[in-house]
Amino acid sequence: MPSRRAKSRKIQVNFLTRVEGETALRIRIRDGELIELRLEIFEPPRFFESFLRGRDSREAPDLTARICGICPVAYQMSTVHAFERLYDIPIDPAVRELRRLYLCGEWIESHALHIHMLAAPDFLGCDSIIALADKNREAVERGLRIKKVGNAIVTALGGRSVHPVGACIGGFTRIPRREQLATLREQLLHVRDDAIECVRWVSHFDLPAVTRDIEFVSLRHPDEYPMNDGRIASSKNIDAAPDDFDDFFEEHQVPYSNALHCRITGRGPYFLGPLARVNLNFDQLGPDVMSVARETGIPWPSSNPYTSIVARALEVLYAIGEAVRVIDAYQPPPVPATPYEVRAGIGRAITEAPRGSLYHAFETDDRGLIHSARIVPPTSQNQARIEADLRELVPDIIRRSDIEATRMCEMAIRNYDPCISCSTHFLKLEVERG
Amino acid sequence: MKPRVAVFKFASCDGCQLQFLNAEDELLKLAAQVDFVYFPEARSRALEGPYDIAFVEGSITTPDDARRIIKVREESRYLVTIGACATAGGIQALRNWADIEQYRRVVYPSPEFISTLSTSTPISEHVRVDFELWGCPVDKQQLLAVVRSRLSKAQPAVPGHSVCLECKRRGNVCVVVTRGEPCLGPVTRTGCGALCPAFNRGCYGCFGPADDQNMESFARLLVSQGVQGDDAVRRLRGINGYVRPWRETADAIAAGKK
Repeated sequence: MPSRRAKSRKIQVNFLTRVEGETALRIRIRDGELIELRLEIFEPPRFFESFLRGRDSREAPDLTARICGICPVAYQMSTVHAFERLYDIPIDPAVRELRRLYLCGEWIESHALHIHMLAAPDFLGCDSIIALADKNREAVERGLRIKKVGNAIVTALGGRSVHPVGACIGGFTRIPRREQLATLREQLLHVRDDAIECVRWVSHFDLPAVTRDIEFVSLRHPDEYPMNDGRIASSKNIDAAPDDFDDFFEEHQVPYSNALHCRITGRGPYFLGPLARVNLNFDQLGPDVMSVARETGIPWPSSNPYTSIVARALEVLYAIGEAVRVIDAYQPPPVPATPYEVRAGIGRAITEAPRGSLYHAFETDDRGLIHSARIVPPTSQNQARIEADLRELVPDIIRRSDIEATRMCEMAIRNYDPCISCSTHFLKLEVERG
Repeated sequence: MKPRVAVFKFASCDGCQLQFLNAEDELLKLAAQVDFVYFPEARSRALEGPYDIAFVEGSITTPDDARRIIKVREESRYLVTIGACATAGGIQALRNWADIEQYRRVVYPSPEFISTLSTSTPISEHVRVDFELWGCPVDKQQLLAVVRSRLSKAQPAVPGHSVCLECKRRGNVCVVVTRGEPCLGPVTRTGCGALCPAFNRGCYGCFGPADDQNMESFARLLVSQGVQGDDAVRRLRGINGYVRPWRETADAIAAGKK
């Protein structure tokens, strides 16, 4: 029974923790009715779309990488693909494969970080990975081993794991030798069992059993699990080219957030990220990963947002196998990057960042200088969906203490692995109740 | 008692504080030596100050943050800025040459909801800083070295010479000499391991100005490579563009003096 002690209750979390960036949550409840719920992203805006104007397109992959220290590779990939379409640059198949490897590295690193450092402490009653290590050192060490291999892939192709320097329009500035990738292959095979164990570990967490009416959105490709290429697909039958993003999705501003909200035109919120990708591309995960996925007992596709941690662990396993496949088939491309001429025009691209589809659009002048830039990160696209999930929690929250209510809200938010640094152009919890 | 360490974030990408979490081999050992009492990205419980070491990531871009950094300083015995944003204002300091109203309007349909300052400034413009660690991102080993120095009550030290020295030591082929590629290496502090030249491209200045830089000579080098006017200005106004020697040189070029 909801408490009738107070007429009005306000729950406020001023600084959401174990998320990347600065966010607050404010919930006001009166006489058991929700009055207001808002996710306030107060991460200060850095105005990337503004200062990119007038910059040289060749600089763009180094600049957009700085939007996010956790997923710089995805930013570089959306940027280079947008310009490659704009300048009509053919990409060597071997370069295309290396870019899959590059993104596999970032998925592994970012997902392992989220699973072990940000999310798992919730389920095991710890406040950090360091406290978790006291309880379950084996799981923590396993997570760190997996994460390290992800970083090693990015470092092999880009020199360092945060803001790597190897990607450029047309390809890479340097391509790896086969021997160099052979070392990575050994490291990957070494953590493959760790990744299977990780899937089993997270699928045994006490995941709240809910089902929600959610529209999932991700890229889909006929021949492969989506990364840098594909059409926009949704669980409610969107099938669109990335160029037509604006025909299906719209950004709008809410007064309390520095991150623009997004919705599917005429419908509403949607869900991006590993759970969306697994749901829409289950058949592309390959027999081994599909078999591990089925062993979890979770019915796929899953409409329970809390199973996103399992989807994330499945993608780690997938990315390890995919990275090994790319390495085994690797023949160095004839040149690291295809030469090209700049021209005036518009180029758009979507790639799958660890947190979901990342849309970039650039317009250039005939000198290749950026005339306008648009960047729509996954976290800002997920904001409205996060708020929708939180609204469904309200009847539960009313009965709980502030500490418990905050924990429940943070868990619901962490399903989306929000990256607030990215989305600001993202939490504090504040609940007023009664 | 273990030293109490705090990690604060201002306007930034999270990449520098991520380097603590990227220390996969060292993280648990580090946690045995220091207590991360305030680290919102990694720990839910936030403990009050005072803090023995405060790591500050990000630049000051909002009125609230300008007030918050003063409180952080008051609570911290030893304050270290980590990265280009905290140390030089970051890439977002490009607004310092622009009209912020226009910037707001480009990104937001209702710019009046957005609270921001017209400048992005380094922490040292607001409070006393005990040590500045450069890099975009900071180097993990340099970051850990700062912690180790403080554990032994020593003043941290990182090399201040230019990327060129490291580049030669690494055996890279010079991209300036062999390919005429514009490269900020001669005026940029070492720390990255001369990464860009090793990747067949010119340095773009992630680690800020070297101690022994000669901007006048460097500006002439750019001119001799055919890099002039707006092109030269753009190269200097990058990740660390607001740091004084680079800012002044770029401003002079922009004003047509060089």
